[in-house]
Amino acid sequence: MTVLAQDLRLDANAIDYVLLAFYFALVLGIGYLARKQVSSSLDFFLSGRSLPAWVTGLAFVAANLGAIEVMGMSANGAQYGLPTVHYFWVGAIPAMLFLAIVMMPFYYGSKVRSVPEFMLRRFGKPAHLVNGISFAAAQILIAGANLFLLASVVNLLLGWPLWLSIILAAVIVLAYTALGGLSAAIYNEVLQFFVIVAALLPLTLVGLHEVGGWEGLVDKVASGPGGEEQLSSWPGNQLTGFGDNFLSVLGLVFGLGFVLSFGYWTTNFVEVQRAMASKSMSAAQRTPIIGAFPKMLVPFIVIIPGMIAGVSVTELSGENKAALMAGEPAPSGATFNDALLLLMRDLLPNGMLGIAIAGLLASFMAGMAANLSAFNTVFTYDIWQSYIKKDKPDGYYLRAGRVVTACATILAIGTAFIASTYSNLMDYLQQLFSFFNAPLFATFILGMFWKRMTATAGWTGLVTGTGAAIGVFLLAETGVWDLPGQGASFIGAGAAFVVDIVVSVVVTMMTKPKPEAQLVGLVYSLTPKEKLRRSTVGEDAGWYRNPGLLAGIVLVLTIVLNIFF
Amino acid sequence: MGSDTRKRTTGAFDVRLVIALLTGVYGAVITVLGIGFVSDEDLAKAGGMNINLIAGIGMLVFTALFLLWVKLRPLTVPAPEDEEDDESASAEQG
Repeated sequence: MTVLAQDLRLDANAIDYVLLAFYFALVLGIGYLARKQVSSSLDFFLSGRSLPAWVTGLAFVAANLGAIEVMGMSANGAQYGLPTVHYFWVGAIPAMLFLAIVMMPFYYGSKVRSVPEFMLRRFGKPAHLVNGISFAAAQILIAGANLFLLASVVNLLLGWPLWLSIILAAVIVLAYTALGGLSAAIYNEVLQFFVIVAALLPLTLVGLHEVGGWEGLVDKVASGPGGEEQLSSWPGNQLTGFGDNFLSVLGLVFGLGFVLSFGYWTTNFVEVQRAMASKSMSAAQRTPIIGAFPKMLVPFIVIIPGMIAGVSVTELSGENKAALMAGEPAPSGATFNDALLLLMRDLLPNGMLGIAIAGLLASFMAGMAANLSAFNTVFTYDIWQSYIKKDKPDGYYLRAGRVVTACATILAIGTAFIASTYSNLMDYLQQLFSFFNAPLFATFILGMFWKRMTATAGWTGLVTGTGAAIGVFLLAETGVWDLPGQGASFIGAGAAFVVDIVVSVVVTMMTKPKPEAQLVGLVYSLTPKEKLRRSTVGEDAGWYRNPGLLAGIVLVLTIVLNIFF
Repeated sequence: MGSDTRKRTTGAFDVRLVIALLTGVYGAVITVLGIGFVSDEDLAKAGGMNINLIAGIGMLVFTALFLLWVKLRPLTVPAPEDEEDDESASAEQG
């Protein structure tokens, strides 16, 4: 965000501030109300496993609808156009369905409280520690980055000093996550989801009106830099950076669609935790599927405004867009990251403007709250309770959870200031964490379906897989291997996946497997089918609550969308 | 579930009402802005579209639908098993 501050300063007036304040009042109110429900550590960390599926399903999507998603994907929309939808339709939906149908029965059925705890039961302590610590560290870094983005938007839009915005935002998030635990975070994510829609849907409508409807947008994008290619999702060469259509499609399907997205959606505890908080196996399975419906539609209110900004906002269209696409700074000084803000400035009157600002801030705060609530669970259960203070009464861990949340917030303020010294830290963070997720997915899938896989193979696979991904990343960064666009992270994730599988298989052959009795409920072939079955009576009855059928509907809709765009 | 009434305090707090409160207030405020306080400058900004009014009405309609949902399917504390049979399908949105 390098535009001169005064260009982006929004013309917010008293009404906008009142609307904004009203949103914050409700956020804190939810924290207060949710506190009444917290009486044990399970209530605090997993909402007592009591939430209905539509709540956890919306939270599932909203937890991911943070700064990276909203700002990053509208920036991608301005730069690459429609191919950006792959991040949603190829890069999320199939993995969400896979999580629901195949993996959720193990997560929910084994009653583990976190993803690292599943690693502990399946592969023992070394894999547990590797996973627990890397996850916890990652969450603090991402929370800091979210916090920094939040503060820098407040700084740009309203002119508050950076340090004040950082601390104020941190205090608000801390207040409701420490009070109400996961329930407060989840309820706020649901609220946030609706605020974001209320902010972005009108923006999209005005934007389309401004450029002359969908056809006007199509004409303008086609005649601008980037051309027609930006109007159809396949093959997406500009996005991947591959010249060859076949390689580009392969990169999208295998790299993004399979390894990166399956790694993220199926093993990232931030997401899985939302499903674990639901009240039954059936509801847990429905969580990602219910989330998939809005996920399919989010690109229309995130990417399309980006595309509109790329043709209608003076600072981003014409020669400016051409320069930015060539990797040079635009004459206007704007970057694609500013797309959404500039569009808001150009189109929205006071009133709607306040709601739009509330939507953006909501998105960043909920992203951070999601990181914090996942962090405090993993840290308290998987590090503190497992290795440092064992066998204390439950109330001790509930208090510890609150203290850990406070410490994490302070650490995140620290990492936010570190983040403020890098201009595109987000991209690197995003890439680095995909390195941890891709091998994690390989280890999980192998461990769930291959009972012979040994404990040693569990952690060696993880470590070498991550190593391979970092290797590819370094080669691409230093220019030894020329991969423009976002193809480098696709290949890195692919390498991590393959290396993890190969190492795990080889190490397994040389080491002794765990006794089968210890793997019941954790490995597919050793788990009685009844244990994986969901109930189909009471609140889980009815065809519209059948996860398999719902998943089928989502799949068909996604394919239809891919054909149309 | 058995025969005990698995009572939870969850029933006391329905997040749907909080959402409806937010969109209701937002909708009302910007509808009023859209009707009474729209300047020519605002209209020109959005290419002649009175977005405050349109979005405001949209939010009010959404709020009404949400309140209708709360009214038709109130949050219930799970009841003893024998009363549950025909209630259960509509007990809670899932």
